[in-house]
Amino acid sequence: MAVNIVKDSYKSKVVEITVGTEANAIKIGGDSTLPFLHFEGEMPNKQVLCLEVFDMVPEGWPENLTAAYEGVMSDPVAWAKKCVEYGADMVALRLMSAHPDNSDTSPEDAAKTAKAVADAISVPMIVVGCGVEEKDAKVLEAVAEALAGKTCILGNATNENFKSITGACMVYGHSVVSQSPLDINLAKQMNILMTEMGLPNERIVMDPLSGAVGYGIEYAYSIMERARLGALMGDKMLGNPVIAYVGQETWKAKESKASVEEFPEWGEQAKRSILWEVVTACTLAQAGAAIFVLRHPESLKQLRVHFAKMMESNAY
Amino acid sequence: MGLTGLDIFKQLPKTNCKDCGQATCLAFAMQIAAGKAGLDGCPHVSSAAKEALEAASAPPVALVKIGTGEKEIQLGNETVLFRHDKRFEHPTAITISVNDTEDVAAKVQAVNKLVFDRVGMLFSVNMVAVINASGDAAKFADAVKTAQENTEFPLALCTEDAAAMGAALEVAGSKKPLIYAATAANYEAMAELAKKYECPLAVKGADINELADLSEKVSALGCKQLILDSGAREVNKMLADQTQIRRLAINKRFRPFGYPTIAIVTSEDPVQAVLDASVYISKYAGVVVLSTADPAEILPLITLRLNIYTDPQKPIAVESKLYAVGEPGPDAPVFVTTNFSLTYFCVQGDVEAARIPAYILPVDSDGTSVLTAWAAGKLTPDSITELIKKSGIEDKVNHKKLILPGGVAVLSGKLAEISGWEVLVGPYDSGGIPSFLKQRWV
Ligand code: B12
Ligand code: SF4
Repeated sequence: MAVNIVKDSYKSKVVEITVGTEANAIKIGGDSTLPFLHFEGEMPNKQVLCLEVFDMVPEGWPENLTAAYEGVMSDPVAWAKKCVEYGADMVALRLMSAHPDNSDTSPEDAAKTAKAVADAISVPMIVVGCGVEEKDAKVLEAVAEALAGKTCILGNATNENFKSITGACMVYGHSVVSQSPLDINLAKQMNILMTEMGLPNERIVMDPLSGAVGYGIEYAYSIMERARLGALMGDKMLGNPVIAYVGQETWKAKESKASVEEFPEWGEQAKRSILWEVVTACTLAQAGAAIFVLRHPESLKQLRVHFAKMMESNAY
Repeated sequence: MGLTGLDIFKQLPKTNCKDCGQATCLAFAMQIAAGKAGLDGCPHVSSAAKEALEAASAPPVALVKIGTGEKEIQLGNETVLFRHDKRFEHPTAITISVNDTEDVAAKVQAVNKLVFDRVGMLFSVNMVAVINASGDAAKFADAVKTAQENTEFPLALCTEDAAAMGAALEVAGSKKPLIYAATAANYEAMAELAKKYECPLAVKGADINELADLSEKVSALGCKQLILDSGAREVNKMLADQTQIRRLAINKRFRPFGYPTIAIVTSEDPVQAVLDASVYISKYAGVVVLSTADPAEILPLITLRLNIYTDPQKPIAVESKLYAVGEPGPDAPVFVTTNFSLTYFCVQGDVEAARIPAYILPVDSDGTSVLTAWAAGKLTPDSITELIKKSGIEDKVNHKKLILPGGVAVLSGKLAEISGWEVLVGPYDSGGIPSFLKQRWV
């Protein structure tokens, strides 16, 4: 019996954005189907796998993670090059030192670091602030200018600070991460506000927030899935590629850090922590995420293999 | 499912006698349609009507049971494609396979240990699949016997040789194992066995089309407890087949696909195997079969399953009351947190790790995390003070100092003022509690 395959057809698709310069441009998004359902639509672009670099030595990382970056963690340029060596499609630089509780690095100095990193690597960049919204507004303005012409992604623009970040990115040609706290209406609202300022929709990446497996992933999953459905149904303000800060979420989970001595029934920590990161990324990809900011190079390697399989046709 | 209030109303006695507790038959019909009442609420409904309604209201994905007793597995009854529409009903049965050529007892004992405590509940794998890798019927029956003696989990018996299956069922048939699998070559004999032992039967097609055929044939032979295997093994193809089966069952009411599915992981790299299984758990698999019994590989899958199958409307919460960790004395520290079970058990675990007996007060935040509760105005100086008063903590300790989560340090001034307690701001992450106590609690 030949089964009548159900192919849903959609009015619209995910916005396609381009980052990087002519030499290293990457296209992201553009999907006209739910994730990996090649039998009914197109997924023209690959998932983007990024590794994260800090501009200061991060605290609380387990040994198996710091081991991957031994000798480079106090030098963001060297660290970023290491990430490219590991095969990262993009480097995500996190300007954590700008946080007032850290060294309160000035916007000018932060921008210098960003520029030094960008000049040293061959792949496009994401630059993320320290998370303090007021400070990030200033830091990212300076970064936007310093990286003019490099067509990066800068974030995170929130309800509190999106105006200055969006403005600067418009002027200097970058895309912006529009971040909202796990609420589809707020995500849409942010995109509306940013496009109303005149930022083209092809320059917005959405971060509706992620959670790790075991730590709220179900919320992130459903918001992303709903946003994807909305985008396919024609809601342009939900149609932007989704970024997932996977490493940030998974490497703070107890399951990634606790030793086998503490929890003998959980198995080996090094293996468990990688699995926590890849399972989180793979699951969010099923919900529609397109850009994955990871921490461990082994996770990147494994996800590369996984996504290559998922991107093969499954047409009937 | 699928019936409107009016469809149901047509079958009711229409006397408006109110014995069902509703004002009219129509009101009662609407209650049923909304899933708020069952047909058995009306004592006067005719048996003909009952039958008509039950057949029409059969769930789009049949409820299928594997095994007996406490560890019986229930699958199916799913009604949606997306968990945000309505929760997924029956979590994927995570199944670990063992070949009849390996040390069955040892492997099964390793599987028995795959039990994890999370949010105060125990979660485990669900089934052991014994595979006739040897091709030898006697060896297979032996392995099934050993597996059965060593575990309480239900079994899946995996062989396409009907004679070997018959021998294995003589050993294990009374415990309702899953028979895997009926194929185009053996389905008549397998269906016979499934009926004889009243066991659920997996049907395996070479592809989705043959699967539909076989499902219909086996069902015509009287087997209604089926599990579907489309034959796909590559993860991308499997995703497509799982999606088609679910869509056809729910949106098209295509009967041959109205059963739970089984997904078999074949990737040899252990990380890739876990990723394949993650896709299947997210996307509709009723049963997923892996060969690993390594807890580091199974824990993320069990956790993911818990997340995907939680009710999106209802976070898991603990009761808001005074909890003691260990046997706290009058000078024991007092911690404030929220009653989201994930939050509470993070804190409880870390307090335990500090090895200092203590009290924990989880404020009723409708099961939301510390920051979510704070942002939603549910973790406030008032709600904390109220819990202090009502919990009786003031009679248990000889001090008035409480430890607040670092994330809500902003509450401390007002809280101290209202409650009259001294407020110590703890670390942001409960993982810092042991070192915090060492430094700050003397
Ligand atoms: C999942 C989630 C949700 C879920 C709710 C899940 C739930 N059951 O709580 C949903 C989608 C419903 C939600 C909604 C909202 N959320 Co929310 N949400 C999250 C998210 C992603 C994870 C929360 C979580 O589960 N954490 C895990 C638990 C275990 O963490 P925890 O309770 O904080 O506990 C830790 C620490 O606080 C500490 N700790 C806990 N207790 C104690 C006690 C002591 C003594 C000590 C020392 C330490 C300690 O240790 C624990 C382990 O590390 C966070 C972002 C994030 N990554 O944290 C945002 C977040 C909490 N949400 C936020 C917001 C703003 C909201 C909304 C108000 C947004 C909106 N759309 O309206 C709503 C409010 C909902 C409502 N009206 O009830 C903000 C809060 C902003 C802020 N800093 O105040 C956050 C931080 C996101 C952000 N960056 O903007 N959210
Ligand atoms: S009990 Fe039955 S007959 Fe009586 S009102 Fe209710 S539905 Fe109608």
